[in-house]
Amino acid sequence: MFKTLAIGAAFALALAPAATFAAGGGEQHIEDVAFSFEGPFGKYDQNQLQRGLQIYTEVCAACHGLKQVPIRTLGDEGGPHLPEDQVRAYAAEYFEVFDAELDDYRPAKPSDHFPENTAAGAPDLSLMAKSRAGFHGPYGTGINQLLRGIGGPEYITSLLIGYTGEQKEEAGSILYENTAFPGGWISMAPPLFDEQVEFVDGHPNSLHHLAEDVSAFLMWTAEPKMMARKQAGLVGVLFLIILSVLLYLTNKKLWAPIKGKKSA
Amino acid sequence: MSGIPHDHYEPKTGGEKWLHSRLPIVGLVYDTIMIPTPKNLNWWWIWGIVLAFCLVLQIVTGVVLVMHYTPHVDLAFASVEHIMRNVNGGYMLRYLHANGASLFFVAVYIHIFRGLFYGSYKAPREVTWIIGMLIYLCMMGTAFMGYVLPWGQMSFWGATVITGLFGAIPFIGESIQTWLLGGPAVDNATLNRFFSLHYLLPMVIAALVILHIWAFHTTGNNNPTGVDVRRGSKAEAEKDTLPFWPYFVIKDLFALAVVMVVFWAIVGFMPNYLGHPDNYIEANALVTPAHIVPEWYFLPFYAILRAFTGEVWVVQFASFITGGIVDAKFFGVIAMFGAIIAMALAPWLDTSTVRSGSYRPMFKWWFYLLVIDFMALMWLGAMPAEEPYASFSLIASAYWFGYFFVILPILGVIEKPTAIPATIEEDFDAHYGKKSDASAEATPAE
Repeated sequence: MFKTLAIGAAFALALAPAATFAAGGGEQHIEDVAFSFEGPFGKYDQNQLQRGLQIYTEVCAACHGLKQVPIRTLGDEGGPHLPEDQVRAYAAEYFEVFDAELDDYRPAKPSDHFPENTAAGAPDLSLMAKSRAGFHGPYGTGINQLLRGIGGPEYITSLLIGYTGEQKEEAGSILYENTAFPGGWISMAPPLFDEQVEFVDGHPNSLHHLAEDVSAFLMWTAEPKMMARKQAGLVGVLFLIILSVLLYLTNKKLWAPIKGKKSA
Repeated sequence: MSGIPHDHYEPKTGGEKWLHSRLPIVGLVYDTIMIPTPKNLNWWWIWGIVLAFCLVLQIVTGVVLVMHYTPHVDLAFASVEHIMRNVNGGYMLRYLHANGASLFFVAVYIHIFRGLFYGSYKAPREVTWIIGMLIYLCMMGTAFMGYVLPWGQMSFWGATVITGLFGAIPFIGESIQTWLLGGPAVDNATLNRFFSLHYLLPMVIAALVILHIWAFHTTGNNNPTGVDVRRGSKAEAEKDTLPFWPYFVIKDLFALAVVMVVFWAIVGFMPNYLGHPDNYIEANALVTPAHIVPEWYFLPFYAILRAFTGEVWVVQFASFITGGIVDAKFFGVIAMFGAIIAMALAPWLDTSTVRSGSYRPMFKWWFYLLVIDFMALMWLGAMPAEEPYASFSLIASAYWFGYFFVILPILGVIEKPTAIPATIEEDFDAHYGKKSDASAEATPAE
């Protein structure tokens, strides 16, 4: 038993380098946000996801698409969980999609995906929270990612609050200094400001709050089944622990007559 | 089938006799399951079962994933997201499959190093060892092509870099690369053939696994002492062995369950830890990622590939005597495949007649150093190709080859082994104490 544990520990160490090679530019400053969905028991905060959706719709959607995300999933449990009629109204109010059958644009339906948005050359945000690593190392060991998570949503938050106010012109385009962006200069103008989005329930809307809310929402768009997955993980682990104990006892009993009593 | 004397299947009823005289399949299964197994096997011997489980897990999850996946450059990435979002349980299937590959390699590396320590590769098990190495090569091919299928950035650029290795072969390399890719660069033709081969190779692995099991069922299992099972009579053999069922099946299932606890926790709670974030960005031939790094299980050999740069004297020497045909890139490719071939040649490079490392006082330390070396190479493979990592990689690579081509041959000559138990029974009793006389006599001697 002890040996098995030792093997496990040895391989946890052996595997550690694996998760590390996303090492980007050197001095990124990434703030470790305590999101509600972290850890084996973490859950999405439904209200936060709804606020994040509002921020995305009012601000980010101007330039960024969410093409992998079906609008109907806004009504899913373990997500923003909007009522069906609200999902329908939301789709029709905010988005138009091209319908090949009509050969024309029409208001979006829940069965459509969020539209792609390539107008400003901005990246699609569907999977952004999983395609960036906020934490690395130390020394390529991956221990930081093991303890704090890979840090995708933290990266997004840090980016949104990481503007220093400095800007420069390079090859005809303006770059903005950002402490979270690899290389330090990003072409996206500061998108979020204090009190830019008003919430009906009067929830705090400082830049920091807004950045966290939209990061949480983007984690959901990247990993919409996270809560179901963690649930399956928990049930599976408990079941397998019980199975292990039963098999341990079976094995002990089976071998008992074969093994003599230790003389030492 | 087995050389160890034991009871064989005897058809009893009329129906059994009828089938047995036409197709002795029940007897085959019986002999396989009831094979006499050295009773002193320790916990390092459980990884074979874990590996068999991995193969089944990968095939079962893979077959279902294929039902929802589309192998086309414009649709592959979105079809994976379709699996993650719309397919019932699709997110679990995909994460099980992706992390299942990692479990597969964890298990195979422990299994290989177990064989290296206990001398499982030595006569008469060379064929088992060689088949094992072929399985390992097929696993690497399958894993590599599987990683290309989601068509993310690391899929695309990984495929570009790895197929580029074949381009390093002098004269014919470029033609081979084009032939492999189905065109001048990684594109739809590449994705399609990788998809096809990713489905084919596991079947080859399954066939090789059958041969692997057949081979060691013929020679009998090795064991921690490396001492052979006594085969003079059935009674004698039974002092050293126990039937695989139920003793080792239950033991292995217990170990598998413990391994599964860890595996399931990774899949449930941190399924992307072992992956690369860049692979959640759709493949783009116009944007090269800052660091192109293979999956963790390729890192040790990737480090060896990169270690031999044009500044290393061996490389310069090779280039000089071949008139420049063997350049640094080709040398690296030779070194990478050579590192695996070196392992495969272990049965003929190891001159020691003692199988188990437990009784080889000098070998032990060189072996432990090899394990550390392997871990170090894995770490170095993930680090950027700059100093001091480049020098470390070179030293670590040199040790890998030194172990197989210098240390193993020399040790067998100069080393003085410690006392080896005469029989497996003696070793077992030394660990667990002798059975009381009453129970010993309960086994009738024939």
